[in-house]
Amino acid sequence: MPAPATTASSSGVPDPGTDRTVLDAGDISRALSRISHEILERNKGADGVVLLGIPSRGVPLAERIAERIASVEGIAVPFGSLDVTMYRDDLRLKPARTLLPTQIPDGGIDDKVVVLVDDVLFSGRTIRAALDALNDVGRPRAVQLAVLVDRGHRELPIRADFVGKNLPTSLVQRVRVQLTGVDDVDAVVIEGATS
Amino acid sequence: MKKHLLSAADLSRDDAELILRTAEELRSLADRPIKKLPALRGRTVVNLFFEDSTRTRISFEAAAKRLSADVINFSAKGSSLSKGESLKDTALTLEAMGCDAVVIRHGASGAPHRLANSGWVRASVVNAGDGTHEHPTQGLLDAFTLYRHLGKRHAGAWQDGALEGRRIAIVGDVLHSRVARSNALLLHTLGAEVTLVAPPTLLPVGVETWPVETSYDLDGVLPKADAVMMLRVQRERMSGGFFPTAREYSRRYGLDGRRMATLQDHTIVMHPGPMVRGMEITADVADSDRSVIVEQVTNGVAVRMAVLYLLLGGSEPAVSTGDAGSIEPFETTEVAR
Repeated sequence: MPAPATTASSSGVPDPGTDRTVLDAGDISRALSRISHEILERNKGADGVVLLGIPSRGVPLAERIAERIASVEGIAVPFGSLDVTMYRDDLRLKPARTLLPTQIPDGGIDDKVVVLVDDVLFSGRTIRAALDALNDVGRPRAVQLAVLVDRGHRELPIRADFVGKNLPTSLVQRVRVQLTGVDDVDAVVIEGATS
Repeated sequence: MKKHLLSAADLSRDDAELILRTAEELRSLADRPIKKLPALRGRTVVNLFFEDSTRTRISFEAAAKRLSADVINFSAKGSSLSKGESLKDTALTLEAMGCDAVVIRHGASGAPHRLANSGWVRASVVNAGDGTHEHPTQGLLDAFTLYRHLGKRHAGAWQDGALEGRRIAIVGDVLHSRVARSNALLLHTLGAEVTLVAPPTLLPVGVETWPVETSYDLDGVLPKADAVMMLRVQRERMSGGFFPTAREYSRRYGLDGRRMATLQDHTIVMHPGPMVRGMEITADVADSDRSVIVEQVTNGVAVRMAVLYLLLGGSEPAVSTGDAGSIEPFETTEVAR
């Protein structure tokens, strides 16, 4: 019997009874390689592409995609991070949150193709906040979205351009992405999965 | 509810470092083309200044505006205060107009405490300097400046605990300085060793209960210091003879080029402003490479943005400051008129 999402998320302790690993390190690596190639294919190369990760887990993903693009195309793609905390629509509903780093690469984003990178696409509200945040940084030529996992349940008209894996989930479940650098291992885990 | 910033003593180490880390993220905003964040959109911040101030008022105003708050400036001159209105009636007026935060500077020590704890206003109260008591945001911006210069930052990452064991000398008119008190309390919280240097007449009664060391000998303290903070002699608050002549004070407690030469290579020189060049600090020291006085002003905006964001940005404050009825440990608060 699945626990409610709130208690499952607050525990943070893996529960082998209900947790299910859906992507392991190899799966994540292959998904990122494919996303990198798709970004290159869509934009006909890496010219003018800037990768911006949304903290915290989007940032190492952006960095890994940048590495892969560099090894394929042989040119370094600028990457950075974009904190969206102050642009969230639920800012007033919770205690003031800690800000996370925003690092816009040298050269800015004006007239570039910005690829936003995040770990999980869910309601779409984070991406809406990110689009607002981008607005205050500059005017990109285009904005694209890459996510490792799309779990559905969108609340806004937002879709991803590049998806690592589509994961049908129920609302009581929680998708947890772990990445080395932030966590101990590479894995995507569904918590509270029905057995 | 804990929602005010009245004293540096109210800040735990975690709270203080949260404010400093937040300020570090907000400081990068100054380099962006659009220096504006939407976090406090629709909130109103009142700057209630009963005493003259240039940089603090402008700094708070810039901080609130960069967070998209509406700012109402209210100074004693040219308002009903000059007609004899009391603090209470002014507060009730502000409450009736509806405001979310009151930034108050007042000549009476304890006025912000009175405003926060009398039930006159529901807004968050931020102390921007009260009498000779405290000036917590100045303490925070000084701590922030110290972190940036004395912290060994790895690849731009913020380092908590950077002030652990660092020696900070605060020199000059400690008696009348709210900056000295806030700094002494906050820097102690952050793990630094603070030494107050002043003539005996300019050290406050009860200084032995502060978490600091004291000295009358500036030349003995300077070679060991990691940072030297010079204070202005506040002659407007002096009614007696605290030292024989300005020249003698300057000779014994002023920072000049000769004394600066005895500092360690990494030591920085700070001053909360306004400076009196030639009195507590000579022009060549104030304009030297060691001086971070102008940077302190820049940092002030970032720190005040962090304070306003953490107090007003969410549904409740992220820092647990200024509980109602908290007791100021080192001074009995006068009741504001």
